[in-house]
Amino acid sequence: MGTSRAKKIRRLMGLSVRYLKLLALLPLGFALGGCDFVVLTPAGDVAAQQRDLVVIATVLMLLIVVPVMVATALIAWRYRQSNTTARYTPDWDHSTQLELLIWAAPLLIIICLGAVTWMGTHLLDPYRTLGRIAADRPTNPDLKPLEVDVVALDWKWLFIYPEYGVASVNELAAPVNRPLDFKITASSVMNSFYIPALAGQIYAMPGMQTRLHAVINAPGNYRGFSANYSGAGFSHMHFTFQALADGDFDQWIAKAKSAGASRLGRQEYLALERPSENEPVRFYTPVDEELFPAILNMCVETGKMCTSEMMAIDAKGGMGLAGIGNTLPLTYDKLAARGAVFGLEPSYVAGGVCLPGDQVGRMSDASTIVPAPVDGTPLRGYGLARPGSARKSSTSFLFGRSSKSDS
Amino acid sequence: MVDTHDLTRLIFGRLTLESLPLHEPIIVGTFAVVALGGIALLGAVTYFRLWAYLWREWFTSVDHKRIGIMYMVLGIVMLLRGFADALMMRMQQAMAFNGSEGFLPAHHYDQVFTAHGVIMIFFVAMPLVTGLMNFVVPLQIGARDVSFPFLNNFSFWMTVGGAVLVMASLFIGEFARTGWLAYPPLSNLAYSPDVGVDYYIWGLQVAGVGTTLSGINLICTIVKMRAPGMTMMRMPVFTWTSLCTNVLIVASFPVLTAVLALLSLDRYVGTNFFTNDFGGDPMMYVNLIWIWGHPEVYILVLPAFGIFSEVTSTFSGKRLFGYTSMVYATVVITILSYLVWLHHFFTMGSGASVNSFFGITTMIISIPTGAKMFNWLFTMYRGRIRFELPMMWTVAFMLTFVIGGMTGVLLAVPPADFVLHNSLFLVAHFHNVIIGGVLFGLFAGIGYWFPKAFGFKLDVFWGKLSFWFWVVGFYLAFMPLYVLGLMGVTRRLRVFDDPSLQIWFVIAGIGALLIACGIACFLIQIAVSVLRREKLADVTGDPWDARTLEWATSSPPPAYNFAFTPVVHDNDAWWDMKRRGYARPLAGFKAIHMPSNTGTGVILAGLATAMAFGLIWYIWWLAGVSFIALLAVAIRHTFNYHQSFNIPADEVVRTERARTELLAGAKS
Amino acid sequence: MTIAMGSMKAGEPVFYVVDEHEHAEGHSTMLGFWIYLMSDCLIFAMLFAVYGVLGGKYAAGPAPKDLFDLSLVAVNTTFLLLSSLTYGLAMLAMGQSRVGAMMAWLVVTGLFGLGFLGIELSEFAHMIHEGATPQRSAFLSSFFTLVGTHGLHVTFGLIWLVTLIVQVRLHGLIESNRRRLFCLSMFWHFLDVIWIGVFTVVYLMGMLR
Repeated sequence: MGTSRAKKIRRLMGLSVRYLKLLALLPLGFALGGCDFVVLTPAGDVAAQQRDLVVIATVLMLLIVVPVMVATALIAWRYRQSNTTARYTPDWDHSTQLELLIWAAPLLIIICLGAVTWMGTHLLDPYRTLGRIAADRPTNPDLKPLEVDVVALDWKWLFIYPEYGVASVNELAAPVNRPLDFKITASSVMNSFYIPALAGQIYAMPGMQTRLHAVINAPGNYRGFSANYSGAGFSHMHFTFQALADGDFDQWIAKAKSAGASRLGRQEYLALERPSENEPVRFYTPVDEELFPAILNMCVETGKMCTSEMMAIDAKGGMGLAGIGNTLPLTYDKLAARGAVFGLEPSYVAGGVCLPGDQVGRMSDASTIVPAPVDGTPLRGYGLARPGSARKSSTSFLFGRSSKSDS
Repeated sequence: MVDTHDLTRLIFGRLTLESLPLHEPIIVGTFAVVALGGIALLGAVTYFRLWAYLWREWFTSVDHKRIGIMYMVLGIVMLLRGFADALMMRMQQAMAFNGSEGFLPAHHYDQVFTAHGVIMIFFVAMPLVTGLMNFVVPLQIGARDVSFPFLNNFSFWMTVGGAVLVMASLFIGEFARTGWLAYPPLSNLAYSPDVGVDYYIWGLQVAGVGTTLSGINLICTIVKMRAPGMTMMRMPVFTWTSLCTNVLIVASFPVLTAVLALLSLDRYVGTNFFTNDFGGDPMMYVNLIWIWGHPEVYILVLPAFGIFSEVTSTFSGKRLFGYTSMVYATVVITILSYLVWLHHFFTMGSGASVNSFFGITTMIISIPTGAKMFNWLFTMYRGRIRFELPMMWTVAFMLTFVIGGMTGVLLAVPPADFVLHNSLFLVAHFHNVIIGGVLFGLFAGIGYWFPKAFGFKLDVFWGKLSFWFWVVGFYLAFMPLYVLGLMGVTRRLRVFDDPSLQIWFVIAGIGALLIACGIACFLIQIAVSVLRREKLADVTGDPWDARTLEWATSSPPPAYNFAFTPVVHDNDAWWDMKRRGYARPLAGFKAIHMPSNTGTGVILAGLATAMAFGLIWYIWWLAGVSFIALLAVAIRHTFNYHQSFNIPADEVVRTERARTELLAGAKS
Repeated sequence: MTIAMGSMKAGEPVFYVVDEHEHAEGHSTMLGFWIYLMSDCLIFAMLFAVYGVLGGKYAAGPAPKDLFDLSLVAVNTTFLLLSSLTYGLAMLAMGQSRVGAMMAWLVVTGLFGLGFLGIELSEFAHMIHEGATPQRSAFLSSFFTLVGTHGLHVTFGLIWLVTLIVQVRLHGLIESNRRRLFCLSMFWHFLDVIWIGVFTVVYLMGMLR
């Protein structure tokens, strides 16, 4: 057991260290292979603009990142201890010009990026109606956007097409080049509605409505899924998004209508809502018109007070002491909840007999919509004021924007 | 029959035999390994009769250096657990294709990724950072201990208590299946009725108390106990970043405490803070927890920035470039870190103006961070750079962190975030800054200050091997995740449909295995260094020709740190002393007043942990008894007015003479 | 503190303190305790914020004006404000080293604190008896938590007060005891300040709502 052997092992390991360094280059090789970079090559105009922002921001930052990385490598090499020819100034620690430069350079980049961000965020606000369906094609004002009501359930997606009176589970279809107007909510926990090829994601939250405006430009089948962990069945919570040419979409609706096993009313929804995984695609027709507002207001169960009604009562100062006993025991738990150990029996607030019709109307109004500019000339940062005139200021960051808070 | 049932419920709460995961072979296997290891360790301690020594000299110690080292040990032990979770995730994701369900069922996998996040942040990064600050800061400012030495010991044991609870969840019951921030409604009782979230809440609450108190302690230490002459603008940069970090801790951990308390009220009492019904508001939780969560990121990374500043300056043999702008950059980051929390959930639909406000504030943070980067660069410029291990970590950090910074700013652009949020791109980004920033910094710091703590350097060969495994492993493990994010793959998925993705997960898995080798090499490095300590010994106390006060005393420093309190004239105090012919005092030593060790911290933390365990399992008698005992012991402690002693002058003389001889031996 | 070395010539730099630079015991206790209070203040700030968000969510149940009895709260507030005053008097007595007077004032403070707690608890009991439990609505959850957390602080303050009274009896007004009494005084006044916030935000503004 000489030291020579130990030396040999060390040399071998030194070699392996060198090869290890080479390994780091491996991912590059794969990156060149053909892969589906859907975020970089989307099929919808909104996602394409978001992609553009990703690229612009990256290029802007590379302007400073690349020089820094090169400089780090060069300086580390040049001023290594063994290079005695390099200049050595142990007490040099200040230079006003340099300090100005090192604060100014990132500042300039951030000013540019900040401007891009401000504009991009407003232009690509998911609440904003579309002003164009592609870079060179403004929206046709006569073409009504297709409304789809999206409900994230445990662990499947429900899509309701109010215009057609059909609903589908785990399959979404839309005609190409027609603006889409999604109203999104969830039944129990937080999810995120995301079709990378179409547009960026937005959370789906119980008792709240989020909006997404988008358009798909190329026919095809795309992947959609929940992008926010929501429990055991989360991995299987995906669906196919079929972008169809106009005729094909009508056919799809017809197919949905003929395949629709049953109507979708409150009872059917309560059955569907129970946690399940890997649900097959299925269709419903007709769909109870009051169902989506009821889901949104968490009052599908008969006798339960809708949040909209509750908020209206609260805004008038509650129901006083008389309201205290206005609760009913919860008969159906979605999961195994038993009520808190020191709490009371699980219960809910009992409500009016059912949802008054005028309330439904008010709940689905478009108060949080940001309309797109009417004239199609490109927006500059300053021009942002243009669409703002019609906007309501319900932008509180603590609450998100739910439409349940009126009257 | 009913009676016995009620009796067991009274005694054991909801803890039953079924709570033990005997049916899960992976956990049983893990338990066997941990138990064997534990028994071996305990046996060894007993065999070598170390219990009394450990109790007297370490567990009950109020010496900031020993507490610092214990924090580091805790962090490294928990790193093994957290990393085992990471390996399991990487394996699961690399396997679960083409209809395969992988080897982890959802029930287990969802715990694994939650535990990984919680452990890595709270029980690896935090103890390592706190440990380094504890060890280094008093030495750097020329103090003999921290302001509240007993509190320091108590804080440490509370952190241990939290870690014990999280570890216990592996074998008794289960951990949360909610993701590391436990968003409601998922974390509410209705959707997580088991003990998992309760383990999460109480583990963090117990550890959080320790963290907050240690933050207060270190702020006081830095504000009140600096050596004469050390003005604020003469403090070493690591002390500055520690000060800012502790300010962040004190100003953010109470938020965590409050929000977790509200969540636990929802779960225990049935209140309606974050429920779906009765007017509760789950979005409020998301806001509140990120008001803590974002500063937390800076709590971790600021000390790392401080370490890099010390290391760069020392190994370039040069004053730190732009000290003043470095300090201001740190302070600006500290303040700005409170104004960016919403960037964690742009996708909640807050509206364009709110989103762009938070996006732009986030970008602004990159300005001081960029300035720091340039400061390090210009410190190296015209220096004489010695590529010792800490410097290697620093250069790796500079090259890696700019990538993470860039992707971070990218994610701060709200529309870009809409397509990348919650994707593996995001996962790659924060690992890029936390591994590339915090962890590389900690390794640099460990390598740098290890000789100060133990009197011998770390072995270079195994260190380099660890370094290269880590760096290469990191790039292999996380660059594929960036790629996958651009392919629209979201995080926390357990199984996949698209077979073309598998290759990327396999590469990432290989990267994780390389990191495993890196961790192994790091442990071997420590073992080898201990074995070769004679050869690696440093008797000068200043092995790196360094610049700040901690290097003015011996390695390891005596219990009292400095026989005479140093006087500071320059922000590179020790460098200034060396240059102007400082002569070590050889006579005139006096008795030194020091705090005494006490076991109260261990006992209090143990009782707090027992109380938490009782609350988790609804064992009310245990919770109640522990709480009353906790109160009683705490009050009892305040009746002891004599918590300090004097190190006699002749002992100081002996210690200092020994060092004189060592130094003379080194010179000849 | 002398920063000098006998053997050194004038003008040469001085690198260490010869006369021991002792930090007096408890030298940073006040600062530390103050920082602790600030962190505690942050917890209350959170609870106030939560109350601000949820305070109007009655879940079709009772609102503040259905539940609060302002006259009772006024008595309660008076008790707490007076207790702060009496604690101040105790501190004045401590400054003059009049142990007996100080103890008397401390006891009075404690009694006022007890009275405050008693009224608060009876208010809670009354509400719960009526069915306005913390579970009934988000408003009630945040109300009970905010006010209850303050009450819990007062409770711990009282335990501390009793402990200190015992310690002063045992050891007299030694330096450590003076420091502790001073810390408790900061704590007690801090709770008073918080209560003024609670009184304004929860009770007064609640009745106006």
